[in-house]
Amino acid sequence: MLPHLGAAYNLARWLVGSQHDAEDVVQESYLRALKFFTGFRGGNGRPWLLAIVRNTCYTWLRGNRMDAVTTELDEDMPLADTRDVNPEELLMAAARSELVQRALEQLPAEFREVVILRELEGMSYKEIAEIAGVPMGTVMSRLARARVRLQKLLSEANPAEARA
Amino acid sequence: MSCREAQELIHGYVDGELDLVRNLEMERHFRDCGDCASAHERLRSMRSAMSIPYFQAPPGLETRIRARVREASGVAKVAAPRRPFHWQWAGVAASLIIVALGTWRVASTNRPADALAQEVLASHVRAMMASHLTDVPSSDRHTVKPWFNGKLDFSPPVGDFADRGFALIGGRLDYLDNRSVAALVYQRRKHLINLFIWPAPEQPDRGVEESERQGYHLMRWTKAHMTYWAVSDLNAAELRELVGLVEGG
Repeated sequence: MLPHLGAAYNLARWLVGSQHDAEDVVQESYLRALKFFTGFRGGNGRPWLLAIVRNTCYTWLRGNRMDAVTTELDEDMPLADTRDVNPEELLMAAARSELVQRALEQLPAEFREVVILRELEGMSYKEIAEIAGVPMGTVMSRLARARVRLQKLLSEANPAEARA
Repeated sequence: MSCREAQELIHGYVDGELDLVRNLEMERHFRDCGDCASAHERLRSMRSAMSIPYFQAPPGLETRIRARVREASGVAKVAAPRRPFHWQWAGVAASLIIVALGTWRVASTNRPADALAQEVLASHVRAMMASHLTDVPSSDRHTVKPWFNGKLDFSPPVGDFADRGFALIGGRLDYLDNRSVAALVYQRRKHLINLFIWPAPEQPDRGVEESERQGYHLMRWTKAHMTYWAVSDLNAAELRELVGLVEGG
């Protein structure tokens, strides 16, 4: 296996949204990685490679899907209130991967990626900060906003409708 | 701690990213504030229940990437009879790359003298990554040595040290220090060693200089107007053994 190919593809697929485009982006990323290989100084290889994948994704998004990156991030807004979220509805929807996927796809890419890196790759805030090129505090703030939105979206998702 | 602050810190708390003091503050806050405690509970159960799809890389993607890498690194252009893709090396190469990407932590200085070492290492890694180790895969030095004739303006010494635990895998043309060079590939257990050789006219003999970069060992020396570079992730002692054999031969 090429190193970190699974993680690279998964991240790209979540960011660009289709198998075909994700494959292109991942190929391009490995070529870039090869080119920068001699310039790589220290550190852990996985965040380094995923940072290249991420940047390649955003370059692709800016060229092809302007709508996906021009979303205004409400990073400074207070967190939404989740007291009205029904815990049972939330849990039922959370267990349904197609509902989770749809909810995640509604988040801005900057929020989606922190969830993917944290929940699927188990990366630390420090590593995510390195990949996304933001301070660790921003990682936490984005995760907080992403998860609050996920709670809202999932608890409002209607499983019956999704099944249809 | 205010609830507004706590609502954000809950996430650092469930991710185990807070320091001890903050952790204790959070726990105290949960005892005092029912709303934040249930927000914490909701978050915890959502995380444990949440089933996020993991998209598996499609079959064939790896092969396509390897082919592109090979094209891009230019090594496929050498006209030479070649066996099909060497799957048996793919695993070995991958493990080397994992070593490269995973343990690459060397405080590298940027002295110009290091540039060649970096070039040699990059060449080694590129050959592994593209799974393009040999143009002439053969364990017979009487096959490997003549293969270089006509492809290089010098004749590299080719030794086979299989009886000493260093099996010759084959040879390859490579490009280093602005010239074509011979690359011999040896194997020791799962470790591959690239031995680069090119002429060093009018240079005096120089003893073996060792260095370590990004988890790889590099050894260089000059003998009988030839420059040698051996590079591998093999441990220094065993690499030194091969160097001794090459030098002695």
